[in-house]
Amino acid sequence: MLSLDLALKSLRNRAFSTSLTVGSIALSVALLIGVENVRVGMRESFSNTISQTDLIVGAKGGTIQLLLYSVFGMGSPTNNLSWDTYREWAEHPAVEWTIPYGLGDSHRGFRVIGTNEDFYRHYRYRGGQAIALAEGRAGSEVFDVTLGADVATELGYGIGDEVEVTHGIGEVGFLNHEHLPFTVVGILDKTFTPVDRAVYVTLEGIEAIHFGWEDGAPPMPGEEPTPDDVLAMEEIEITQVTSFFVGATNRRDVLRLQREINDYESEPMMAVIPGLALSEMWQGIGYAETGLRVVTIFVVLVGLLGMLVSLYTSLNERRREMAILRAVGAGPRRIVALLVLESMCLAAAGAICGLGLVYVLLSAGQPIVEAQVGLFIPIRPPGAVEWLFLGAVVTAGFVMGFVPALKAYRTALHDGLAVRV
Amino acid sequence: MSLAIDVRRLRFRYGGGPWVLDIRELTLERGTRAFLFGSSGSGKTTLLGVLAGVLKPDEGEVGVLGRDLASLSGAQRDAFRAAHIGYVFQMFNLIPYLSVLDNIALPVRMNAQRKARLDGAGVKETAAMLADHLQIGDLLKRRVTELSVGQQQRVAACRALIGAPELIVADEPTSSLDFDRREAFLELLFRECERAGATLVFVSHDRALEGMFSRTISLPDINGAAL
Repeated sequence: MLSLDLALKSLRNRAFSTSLTVGSIALSVALLIGVENVRVGMRESFSNTISQTDLIVGAKGGTIQLLLYSVFGMGSPTNNLSWDTYREWAEHPAVEWTIPYGLGDSHRGFRVIGTNEDFYRHYRYRGGQAIALAEGRAGSEVFDVTLGADVATELGYGIGDEVEVTHGIGEVGFLNHEHLPFTVVGILDKTFTPVDRAVYVTLEGIEAIHFGWEDGAPPMPGEEPTPDDVLAMEEIEITQVTSFFVGATNRRDVLRLQREINDYESEPMMAVIPGLALSEMWQGIGYAETGLRVVTIFVVLVGLLGMLVSLYTSLNERRREMAILRAVGAGPRRIVALLVLESMCLAAAGAICGLGLVYVLLSAGQPIVEAQVGLFIPIRPPGAVEWLFLGAVVTAGFVMGFVPALKAYRTALHDGLAVRV
Repeated sequence: MSLAIDVRRLRFRYGGGPWVLDIRELTLERGTRAFLFGSSGSGKTTLLGVLAGVLKPDEGEVGVLGRDLASLSGAQRDAFRAAHIGYVFQMFNLIPYLSVLDNIALPVRMNAQRKARLDGAGVKETAAMLADHLQIGDLLKRRVTELSVGQQQRVAACRALIGAPELIVADEPTSSLDFDRREAFLELLFRECERAGATLVFVSHDRALEGMFSRTISLPDINGAAL
């Protein structure tokens, strides 16, 4: 107790260098824990991109590729599935619901997704949240368009605006379907998932813009259908979908259903379980994560080394103090204890301030990060990982404290009661 | 046991250097006020370090209050010093981050025997009483950095005296004071040592103070190590 009291008073006496040291440790600890929080937030928002979907089905190809173009709006689909095949599986007894996706077109860099009312009914993200409309209604007519929240904000679109669709994916599509204007009828609530960056039309709409196309080539000039031609049609026949999401009647049937789909003979197709595919993908990205963590651990080490330097350099001016302590009966062990305690107190204070700083920054920055980056970083009480980090920092402080402590020990033994400089 | 100090055939050197101390015999009765003088470099501070148990002699016996320090381990000597010896430095006696009161109370907090000798009186009360005796009773709450050199030395004396150690060792505590203050300081120190029945070993190179002591020891005369 006496040693702790002395250590604290000694640190308080050197308030300026103490607060600098604590500050630098706090910053590095805040960085460490902050990065950990962002990492967890990223992983959660990643794996929460889609939920309650048991299978994603598409043409045969890579699992990650299917996941990328169906869920994340990245990369391009290789092949489509026929509408008949889709219907066959949609009516399979083990299937409770499906959401069909027709992909391949874009609008000013945003993906256009052809789907139907099942999307609004069944699509779930982040713990089962459903798609909701911020304004307007869900698109149901041929030329209806519903916009993801980011699309509406970034392009400044409102209800009633006309939108053109580009064939092909990319900032500048190579062909504009400009003869068939679509009209915005609804804007979705922000979800912080790729849903925000997509443009939703009906499957009929996708078919309509490709009328007259033969083998991937546009119709000859003058032969393009007009909106009136399209609207005059009683029913637009849907011929294909790119992929579809499946909700199983019973989760126990998912694996069997997946196997059946993979073995389907009439058309080469595959089904992936989103949870598995997502974690497989995350492992691929995980290297960056580890790298980031290593960097922040080094930052903490640098912070602690700063403490070591400041304690070590203070020793020379404290030789007098050590001699006095020796004179009143302090053994070399107490000198060691004093310095190790100082080091531990600095590390602990830094760790606690750093933890506090993380919460201050999180609560201040959470809405901003969520609005700007779409990353939701949950604020929760420190968990096992945080305590582990804090424990490690204090332990490192304890271990590092022995460097100045042993130096002081040797000096104290050598100096005795006289300070020889 | 009536001898406070009983040194026999003591030899000491730093590392493998030349002998600094070579004392055939040095004895001191309990209750003595001894004046130990020698020019600077004659080994005064080293002898005090040996007597206080900070330095371990290479040869000989160092009897202090009936214990042979030469036969004790480092930790035992530390504990012995904490319990039985009060030490006053020439200057810079105080720990800068402790208040006057905390500086005085330090030995009592460090050692249970010193605390037991307060006879049930509180640490604060005892410190305040000693401070009163040394005429610094109004300074207890002050920061030590605000004190004059003379005041600091009195605080150091209080610290050496608290918990009634049997031996007070003072290493030129008055050398930074002017002459009038030296005498006043010494008189206060003597009175307190007498009150506690403590033996005082007072080191100085300044023989002007010699007359106030009951015994004078010339270190160059008893130290055979030629320096």
